[in-house]
Amino acid sequence: MTQQFSPNPGTRHPDDPSVPQASVATVSARQRWMGVLAKADAALLLRYVADAPALPGHTVLRGPEAGLVMVRGRAGGGGAAFNVGEMSVTRCTVRDAAGRIGHAYVAGRDTQKAELAARLDAALQGPEVALWEDAVIAPLAAEIAGRAMRDAERAAATRVNFFTLATMRTQS
Amino acid sequence: MAYVAVKGGERAIDNAHAWLDSDRRGDPAVAEIGVDQIREQLGRSVDRVMAEGSLYDRDLAALAIKQAQGDLIEAAFLLRAFRTTLPRFAASTPVETAAMRIRRRISAVFKDMPGGQILGPTYDYTHRLLDFTLAAGHTPAPALREAAEQAVAPRIHDILGHEGLIEPDVASDAEPFDITREPLAFPAGRDARLQSLARGDEGFLLAMGYSTQRGWGGTHPFVGEIRVGEVLVEIVPPELGFAIEIGEITLTECQMVNQFAGSRTVPPQFTRGYGLVFGHGDRRAMAMALVDRSLRASELGEAATAPAQIPEFVISHCDNIEATGFVEHLKLPHYVDFQSELETIRRMRRDVEAALLQEAAE
Repeated sequence: MTQQFSPNPGTRHPDDPSVPQASVATVSARQRWMGVLAKADAALLLRYVADAPALPGHTVLRGPEAGLVMVRGRAGGGGAAFNVGEMSVTRCTVRDAAGRIGHAYVAGRDTQKAELAARLDAALQGPEVALWEDAVIAPLAAEIAGRAMRDAERAAATRVNFFTLATMRTQS
Repeated sequence: MAYVAVKGGERAIDNAHAWLDSDRRGDPAVAEIGVDQIREQLGRSVDRVMAEGSLYDRDLAALAIKQAQGDLIEAAFLLRAFRTTLPRFAASTPVETAAMRIRRRISAVFKDMPGGQILGPTYDYTHRLLDFTLAAGHTPAPALREAAEQAVAPRIHDILGHEGLIEPDVASDAEPFDITREPLAFPAGRDARLQSLARGDEGFLLAMGYSTQRGWGGTHPFVGEIRVGEVLVEIVPPELGFAIEIGEITLTECQMVNQFAGSRTVPPQFTRGYGLVFGHGDRRAMAMALVDRSLRASELGEAATAPAQIPEFVISHCDNIEATGFVEHLKLPHYVDFQSELETIRRMRRDVEAALLQEAAE
């Protein structure tokens, strides 16, 4: 996807006063960093942000507030959708000093994490995208990939390698 | 006529709750248990409470377990009550279980299934002997690791599907029924049934599934596949207009494969029952899949004669929060009800005695 990111596609949330802005962030790039921020360990996120240059000043436009997302599955795995159950999620919307709007929706009820994620989403849409990418997103993404690899390696160690037992007949 | 309000128990109730608080804490000489300890070390309880409470939040479930002194139905009740205090922001796009990061994935029908059999952290094959090293404070060895290959793990029906021997999934973009928003009417659709079963009581689902195996509406089941692992949850916030990942959750999915003799329109083939539950729960997902399939009896033209084949019976009774509410309300004062029943019984006895006397006199 190389579609140009537009800050206001579709319906606007009633209390989201986002204004059209010149942004170079593509949807796919933004999806990637928002996903990394959502999956990141909150303590690590705090540490990387603390070690990075100060984030631009910001105004909170919405939240951070806890709520729910109804998780859906599909009957049989690929059939008609059904509701499995809800999960907790926290959202936040900020406007930074440059007027960029940042959004965050992160699993759980950590309001500090949601606000930081929204501030980073705003900062990453600016000209210093490489700085935040290198200081925060890349190390978090590496940590998430490391966790996934660790799980995959543990799973691989429990893979069954079948062999056929010699039977009475073959032994004769 | 139900119970009536009575006054006068306030002091007793306050004192009972104070005793409950200290009873929950137990012997103060023993260290207090932390919510983080419950979350990390009682993971299967957390999974069950999240599933039956219908709210995925490991920290909240752990807190509920602590508050309920480990009474898991009470803990699920606490989660259900908490969820009503939160606004719902969105519904997710349906999770892609085919893209799950797999911890465990087994099949009882194909030994050499593509993607392999992965046992994961399982109690299967343990000897069910009490392990006294745990009581002594045992530090386990780290889990072993082996090089992981990027294996594709296709679903069972994708393997058998080519020959048309198994019922395919029929994709649909229909908005699913939501039992938390709309009153349920019977016969309920499969979407409403699956939602009910996903949060149903594990013991009830297990017993219902077991009853089908024992012949009360048999469906000849095989475990096509069980997979446990992490899936991404995505939503499309209206203010963004594109999908974003909001996190990962652990799910257990069970594909049960069942014999089906065919009907006038469908040739003999395997049909499927489906289980999808929060957390790591083989038993729960398998029971759900068995019951899902047996509840499809009418749809598949089978005679619905056993309890597990009757949607109204199963769905109306699988929710342990509703069940415990109605059963336990019997503890509340029914003094006036009972007084009237008592009067009735006395009158009936008087009538019977009078009739007997009259008979003797005649």
